[in-house]
Amino acid sequence: MKKSVFAAAVVASLVASNIAKAEPQAEVLHWWTSGGEAKSVAVLQKEFADNGGTWTDMPVAGGGGDAAMTALRARVLSGNAPTAVQLKGPAIAEWYEEGVLADISDVAEAQGWADVLPASIAGHMKCEGTWCAAPVNVHRIDWIWANADILKANDIAMPTTWAEFNTAADTLMAAGIIPLAHGGQAWQDATVFEAVALGLGGAEFFQSAFVDLDMDTLKSDKMVEVFDQMRKLRGYVDGNFSGRDWNLATAMVMNGEAAFQIMGDWAKGEFLAAGKVPGEDFLCVSTPGDGFLYSVDSFAMFNVDGDDKQSGQKLLAELIVGKSFQKVFNLNKGSIPARTDVALDEFDSCAHTSAADMASSNKEGSLLPSYAHGMALRGAQAGAITDVVTAHFNSDMSSADAVQMLADAIANSM
Amino acid sequence: MTEWLERHVPKMVLAPSFVAVLIFVYGFIIWTGWVSLTRSKLMPKYEIKGVIQYERLFASPRWDTAMDNLFIFGGLFIGISLILGLFLAILLDQKIRAEGVLRTIYLYPMALSMIVTGTAWKWIMNPGLGIEATVRNWGFESFTFNWITDPKMAIYAVVIAAVWQASGFVMALFLAGLRSVDEEIIKAAQVDGIPTWRIYSAIIIPSMAPIFLSAFIVLAHLAIKSFDLVIALTGGGPGYATDLPATYMYAMAFSRGDIGQAASSAMVMMGVVFTIVVPYLYSELRAKHD
Repeated sequence: MKKSVFAAAVVASLVASNIAKAEPQAEVLHWWTSGGEAKSVAVLQKEFADNGGTWTDMPVAGGGGDAAMTALRARVLSGNAPTAVQLKGPAIAEWYEEGVLADISDVAEAQGWADVLPASIAGHMKCEGTWCAAPVNVHRIDWIWANADILKANDIAMPTTWAEFNTAADTLMAAGIIPLAHGGQAWQDATVFEAVALGLGGAEFFQSAFVDLDMDTLKSDKMVEVFDQMRKLRGYVDGNFSGRDWNLATAMVMNGEAAFQIMGDWAKGEFLAAGKVPGEDFLCVSTPGDGFLYSVDSFAMFNVDGDDKQSGQKLLAELIVGKSFQKVFNLNKGSIPARTDVALDEFDSCAHTSAADMASSNKEGSLLPSYAHGMALRGAQAGAITDVVTAHFNSDMSSADAVQMLADAIANSM
Repeated sequence: MTEWLERHVPKMVLAPSFVAVLIFVYGFIIWTGWVSLTRSKLMPKYEIKGVIQYERLFASPRWDTAMDNLFIFGGLFIGISLILGLFLAILLDQKIRAEGVLRTIYLYPMALSMIVTGTAWKWIMNPGLGIEATVRNWGFESFTFNWITDPKMAIYAVVIAAVWQASGFVMALFLAGLRSVDEEIIKAAQVDGIPTWRIYSAIIIPSMAPIFLSAFIVLAHLAIKSFDLVIALTGGGPGYATDLPATYMYAMAFSRGDIGQAASSAMVMMGVVFTIVVPYLYSELRAKHD
């Protein structure tokens, strides 16, 4: 540890002596490597360079961030953390507890982040009162995507309750159309599950079960109902769903093989890339019930030595939450800006719905973190819930057994 | 000087690898054992808290599934590979034409990485694309082969792919064994008019016992460390129906930030390996002393 700090200092001093003044430096660890995502990161990279900074890119692809987290662990253990790391939700707090996160409160206060970010999202960016991360975007999870032609042909209105959804699905089944396009991967099962839980149970139920992990709520009759609905949904997917990737499920809705898909707003990118028009070819509506489940990507700032790196960190934080980046990035990524004062003229109608719902649910207190996408719970607890959800969805387990198993799994994961 | 060199050069040459093995194998086994006794989460911690991680491990239904799967998968994989390999080897041993070509064809699956095998069999067994869809297109509408999407049967689908991969290799081992049996004994048996199947069951196969043991050890460690095949073939699904201890450990260590739990599962896996390998080593070493 000491040795590597010394080595880093030597390298830093060599670098510093080569260039006359300390330019802002940032080494950024992220896993945005696929087409649209890489384009979005390039936007940030360019802005950073335009402001006189030197960006060292450290993309680590694979495993939905698992590989990047492994790289991060190795870097932190060797005492050489990157400047900024793509982290989200409770993972930020977990790293803070390891004592390796930097304080960027001065940037946040100078830029007035508290006024432009919704309170619950700002909460994720703070570590015991100080700001330690910068939010990039807001993905909404509880979307239901529908093929407009199929709904019209079968005379079905977009469902607003789960009972309506079941009726619509039965009609579609009778017409020989797959009601729900779904990919049988654990995280997709979990995505559907939390949308159902929010819809049937409401915001308070969701908060108490998946944020506070309240045992009584986890074992409640409401939870049994949620699993009952999951069992119904299992009947609405085709027999070949196991292991299917989410974008293939989206393609099924696009091609008219299936009517609905429950998936976060990255599905929109698939529709748009295929030249489909929101509102005409496909419909985007929140899943039945009230509330808004968000997944916020953010960059956590790690402790680094040297003025150049620290100034790079501050510049990066300022740019990430800056209006222009928030707009351009989210246009590329399909999400909406985390700050609420960005003009949305160039965004599509789904993004407008998302932004409006975020504002209203923020007022009503139903703006909630997604458990399935690592916003509400730590890895061990979220994983324990997902295990039960996917085991129930992929077997003939009864709802009562699933609820009991859920409570046991949570207790065991602590 | 030369004498000194003669005496010490072998030691000096071996020393680096000896030290490396000491640190990277035994050192890290001890490290993992230590971490498995702590409450390490995202990062390793070194404060010993007792056997809590093992209690959590044995209370976890997912671990139960993983261990059950290991025994189902390991048992069937080893058993079927041995039987099929022996059968193929005996067929190839009949002095047939083009033996070299056939042998190579059977051995080729071993040259593929498990990831390739898994991906290919994923498509072959996918009900919408592979065997089921093809046979249905031929007109057999009621034909069903959906093991890979059926949580109860999915582990057997993994066995199929693994057997396909390994049985050719086992065949090659056995073929070498069959060829090493003394021709004279076989000829003598033939002169005595003993039927061929009796020659195999009473003379050749019993004399191949050491080959069985080697094949068993190779297959057993393949089964226990199986990871890539499951990841490529089913991703552990449907649900976690095809989870194996190795995939469980990976999930805990790298996806869930639960290093203590991962370490305890790794220690249990090592225990399973030891129960297989130690008796083998024991018998080997004892044989040498006799």
